[in-house]
Amino acid sequence: MRIVERLALLLGAARAVRARPEQPAGEDADPRRRALPRDRAAELAVAVLLVAGGLLAAAFGVLVVAHPQTQLLGGVLAAGLACLGAALALASKRVVVQEVDVEERHPPPAEEDERLTAQLRAGTEGISRRRVLLGAAGVAGCGLAAAIALPATGLGPALGHAPNGTPWRRGKRLVDARTNEPISADALEIGSFQSAMPEGATTEELGAPVVVVRVDPQRLQLPADRRDWAPEGFLAYSQICTHAACAVTLFRYPVYEDTSKGPALVCPCHYSTFDVLRAADPIFGPAVRPLAQLPLALADDRTLVANGPLSGPVGPSYWGVEH
Amino acid sequence: VRRLLRRAGVLLAVCCGGMALWSAAAGGQDQPAQPPAAGDPALAQRGRDLYAQSCAGCHGEDLRGRKGQGPALRGVGAAAVDFYLSTGRMPLADPTDEPIRADPAFSRRDIKALVAYVAGFGGPAIPAANPDRGDVARGKEAFTESCAGCHQVLGRGGIVTGAFVPSLADATPRQLAEAIRVGPYLMPKFGERQIDQEELDDIAAYVRAARDPDDRGGWGIGNIGPVPEGMIAWLLAGIVLLGVVRLLGERAR
Repeated sequence: MRIVERLALLLGAARAVRARPEQPAGEDADPRRRALPRDRAAELAVAVLLVAGGLLAAAFGVLVVAHPQTQLLGGVLAAGLACLGAALALASKRVVVQEVDVEERHPPPAEEDERLTAQLRAGTEGISRRRVLLGAAGVAGCGLAAAIALPATGLGPALGHAPNGTPWRRGKRLVDARTNEPISADALEIGSFQSAMPEGATTEELGAPVVVVRVDPQRLQLPADRRDWAPEGFLAYSQICTHAACAVTLFRYPVYEDTSKGPALVCPCHYSTFDVLRAADPIFGPAVRPLAQLPLALADDRTLVANGPLSGPVGPSYWGVEH
Repeated sequence: VRRLLRRAGVLLAVCCGGMALWSAAAGGQDQPAQPPAAGDPALAQRGRDLYAQSCAGCHGEDLRGRKGQGPALRGVGAAAVDFYLSTGRMPLADPTDEPIRADPAFSRRDIKALVAYVAGFGGPAIPAANPDRGDVARGKEAFTESCAGCHQVLGRGGIVTGAFVPSLADATPRQLAEAIRVGPYLMPKFGERQIDQEELDDIAAYVRAARDPDDRGGWGIGNIGPVPEGMIAWLLAGIVLLGVVRLLGERAR
């Protein structure tokens, strides 16, 4: 409510400013008869606003890279855009000629056409510091370009090489994604899950993360050639959703399936749902391909190890377009 | 008309017979099973009576469950019973409903009695979490890793396909610990070796801290994420922009 009150106050103040007579007293308020302005102070103000806006926008670009703090970023970009907006508004009101003309239905006679052309040419004649303004506009443009381009550095590693090769090989140990410690088969009960990485991999390797779940081995319905991929009910699937590459982080495991739903991995972005008992078959949502499965084995010390590479390509289909 | 009447009579007879059979079958197992181990006998007896009234219909007189109605309760232990009853999630009006948080249907004493009765059939004890002993920063890390996927980073809840994910705003530390160990409804469970007691305390500390977060922007907007924040920003900015447009424009003459 306080915000609404403040807004109302702001609008009231703006109205009061606008209510100040712009024309000298006595002159007709019809804009068609308004005198050509030659307002050097306004030109200077426009130039200053343009430069300030450009610098603030550039500062946003730099901050994105150097010190990305949300409130600061938002404030700087908002101030920059407000400066640019104010510059354009001021320029249209005080620097560029105002001309209101009614276009006739029929094409005007030739002499009228010439008159209009001349009038349009004269439109910018009121501007005295053309170079200053052009320079300022240049600064503003560069600043904006920086503000748009620099955040692209936050897009993460370039695609092309990463998704294709995954570090998963036979014998590669699975480690806890947070603590980097090997995952013991005894640590996970039936109905629990765990994000895992191959030992020694970094999160930059998009094909690396998998999610390990443990289900009741009696209930598994894996295809015949994957029967031995899930020792003691341990299953591992690529964590990258095959729809839009979000991390699949939701796992549902029913207490009592008769009155609820079966065990599944769910992507938080668009709720693609993968049936973990049937090799991550997509059963709901926009994903159409199953998550790649990692065959598992138990080492002698009962830690989880990969028993081969992933069953297929990782991530959405468009990652593989180049190949 | 006579034929119709006869048909109605036959139907009535069949219904009566069915009812009689059903009540005979129900009468045969009137008393729920006696727990093999019981602490306070009076409490367990009270629990047994309450169980017969309110739970046996779906979970069975012998606590072995009824197909398509409710799961077996032998061995689920005190943790699960205390969680479902103290959060008002049980009893359910319809066994296919999702259990959601409500005012408990039983008094504290009755819940204790039911917990004692079902716990007499074995199963884990009620776990505890102490937020005063936990560390908020470590708790956030653990929460992000294991809980935030469904419950959202500030514990405001959300959805998973097939269920609503509850908000943690009203969960007590004990209920939090119970849910983590038990994995109610569609939630996965987390054992001692996955989330140890120390981490459980950390998570409890974080959940408590996340209830009243330090809203750096000044206005939390329910802390349910960027969508409402964006909507409000667009709405307010839209009003301001309309005002500015009106100020800049000139009335047509």
